Amino acid sequence: MTARTIHWFWYASPQTFFPLAGKIARVCAVLAVLLGIAGLYVGFFVAPTDAQQGESYRIIFIHVPAAWMSMFLYVVMAFWAAIGFAMHTRLSGMMARSLAPTGALFTFIALWTGSLWGKPTWGTWWVWDARLTSELILLFLYFGFMALQASIDDRRRADRAGAVLAIVGVVNVPIIYYSVNWWNTLHQGASVSLTRAPTMAKTMLVGMLLMALCFWMYSIAVALWRVRCEITENG
Amino acid sequence: MILAPAKTIVRRDLLLALRRRSDVATALLFFVIVASLFPLGIGAEPNLLRSIAPGVIWVAALLSSMLSLNRLFAGDHADGTLEQMLLGAAPLGIVVAAKAFAHWLVSGLPLVLIAPIIALQYDVASALYGVLALSLLLGTPILSIIGAIGAALTLGLRGGGVLLSLLVLPLYVPVLIMGAGAVEMASAGLSPDGQLLLLAAMLVVTGAFAPLATAAALRISSE
Repeated sequence: MTARTIHWFWYASPQTFFPLAGKIARVCAVLAVLLGIAGLYVGFFVAPTDAQQGESYRIIFIHVPAAWMSMFLYVVMAFWAAIGFAMHTRLSGMMARSLAPTGALFTFIALWTGSLWGKPTWGTWWVWDARLTSELILLFLYFGFMALQASIDDRRRADRAGAVLAIVGVVNVPIIYYSVNWWNTLHQGASVSLTRAPTMAKTMLVGMLLMALCFWMYSIAVALWRVRCEITENG
Repeated sequence: MILAPAKTIVRRDLLLALRRRSDVATALLFFVIVASLFPLGIGAEPNLLRSIAPGVIWVAALLSSMLSLNRLFAGDHADGTLEQMLLGAAPLGIVVAAKAFAHWLVSGLPLVLIAPIIALQYDVASALYGVLALSLLLGTPILSIIGAIGAALTLGLRGGGVLLSLLVLPLYVPVLIMGAGAVEMASAGLSPDGQLLLLAAMLVVTGAFAPLATAAALRISSE
């Protein structure tokens, strides 16, 4: 028997990736809509009212998944940027560039919904608490990445410069997070944890996970669609 | 000897700065002016000034150090020296580290020396001058080293100055928190050792790794 070689790099070419990206994006878009409907239904109609916070807590079905995505997408973006930097694959740079606006969007949504939740709960729109502040700085990092890419006309140079910035940023994110954490903390502790039993009602958790999956699918669909635009523009 | 090129570059950059003293003075004056504006905007209530002093001095230092970053590579880029440095036998990381060090000697060290005078204006207890100067002494080199990455990335770009601030300021946040935090801890009667040691750790880590990122960015910018 001869060992079959796997063509890892078959889809690394924009030309072969273009149709695949279209297919995946369509499937993910449909899934995002379905999961979104299911998640919002569970969140708004099935999940019980919180004993202390009343109905206003329901914003977490958008807030928490958006906050997860905002941090996760930065890491994914830095990952593709680093791959592109190391292997000189054009597609990786396109992936990094396409993920940045979605990541910034989720960061903004997390901040916005956070302040909508903060007003009835804490009595104020904004608190200089550790998580809010580090999320705000994450938004600045996204903006810096996008501004740098936008100001370089040469795509190759833009991708490589963006990669250096994204890698420096991703090294810095934990340092920023812990320094801000030490600086001040007022936020409640993490309500979902993988290591200990969840303290919230099961339906709430289901709703949140459904919304998280919906945001995943949305991110994949939108990012891949943006990659397709990039390919048609510069391929 | 690996440090020979570093020595040459530090001496050369210092000499260049000495020939154009006004550049150095401008950044220093900026620091003093920004720090003097806060009482005018906020009011001269001594207790308030005393409590905001560490933060104001640190933010002013951050901005002043950032303003002079543009000059770090721009001159060498314009007259072709940078290309020679890229082609030269000396490791680029060492060259970049030496340039960042020279930048700190010119833009950071004067801030360390002048900060106690600003602190005097803000009626800060004289016992805190040492901690303030020490935090700046440990922190401002980090600003130069991290800033060099941004300066290299934005080399020759339109709107480079504003873009540079957008890239670099978020990365300065931990230094600001630890630096101003050290002074605040000391003013509350607690030991500032934790913050100062963390600043020192950041200095060591950035000093070791950031020049590599700067070198990569320089190669990208001058392709």
